[in-house]
Amino acid sequence: MSLTTKDKNTVKTFWGKMSGQAEEIGCDALSRMLVVYPQTKTYFSHWKDLSPGSAPVRKHGKTVMTGIGEAVGKIDNLVGGLITLSELHAFQLRVDPANFKILSHNILVVLAGMFPNDFTPEVHVAMDKFLSALALALSDKYR
Amino acid sequence: MVEWTDQERTLIANIFANLDYEDIVKPDVSCHHSLCLRCLIVYPWTQRYFGGFGNLYNADAIMNNPMISAHGVKILHGLDRAVKNMDDIKNAYATLSELHSEKLHVDPDNFRLLSDCLSIVIASKMGYDFTPDLQAAWQKFLTVVVFALGRQYH
Repeated sequence: MSLTTKDKNTVKTFWGKMSGQAEEIGCDALSRMLVVYPQTKTYFSHWKDLSPGSAPVRKHGKTVMTGIGEAVGKIDNLVGGLITLSELHAFQLRVDPANFKILSHNILVVLAGMFPNDFTPEVHVAMDKFLSALALALSDKYR
Repeated sequence: MVEWTDQERTLIANIFANLDYEDIVKPDVSCHHSLCLRCLIVYPWTQRYFGGFGNLYNADAIMNNPMISAHGVKILHGLDRAVKNMDDIKNAYATLSELHSEKLHVDPDNFRLLSDCLSIVIASKMGYDFTPDLQAAWQKFLTVVVFALGRQYH
């Protein structure tokens, strides 16, 4: 399920519309993930406050969205372009890759809620494919 | 048996009370809210189950296909049955599960795909009203539904 040229252009265009609210999107997606899929909280036992919109959640949401923005810029070669991030997730963070899917779903839920008119089925499929490809690139160094 | 808090029951009942089935399945002017349309486009391999539904060649064809809209309404009525039998969805869905397994031969992973699409359609309709707590209750409900639908597969 590789990204077509049309997918890449759709992602870049939509990113242009949403990047101004990246921090809000990241915060909301992460908040939802922690509430709706509580098993994901196991990765953040070192945070004082895991409640929706808390300071550590907001800060980390911004970190995640910055990474996604970087990936949009490297959409033509995600595996090659995200080697450092992949190594980070593989050797240090060791996040079970199943969780990338969970976070991706919550990002899509937030995008649908925030941009109901722009998040068309065509944009939805392109973003879903992009986030899946990104997850694959992030898990590249795992084994 | 699944335990539901009073809050979860209320939240889930409220989502259904505010759902306009015709609205969810038929495309609006910008065709964003159609459940089946979205599922068939985002996960195109799901089209394999609708060979007898006529033209599904592109988004426009799917959007204007009355059999697809009718099927969307059917699915939502099925979910309504789960809401009305929240304390025993497993048994309420026993015949439905057998139907999907023995007659329709639907891969049960598709139930999860459709439920993900449904969450996204509801998020786009409700916006900020689809709070994390509401999403959590809703996701719990969908997980139970998906499990019940897959239960009679052997």
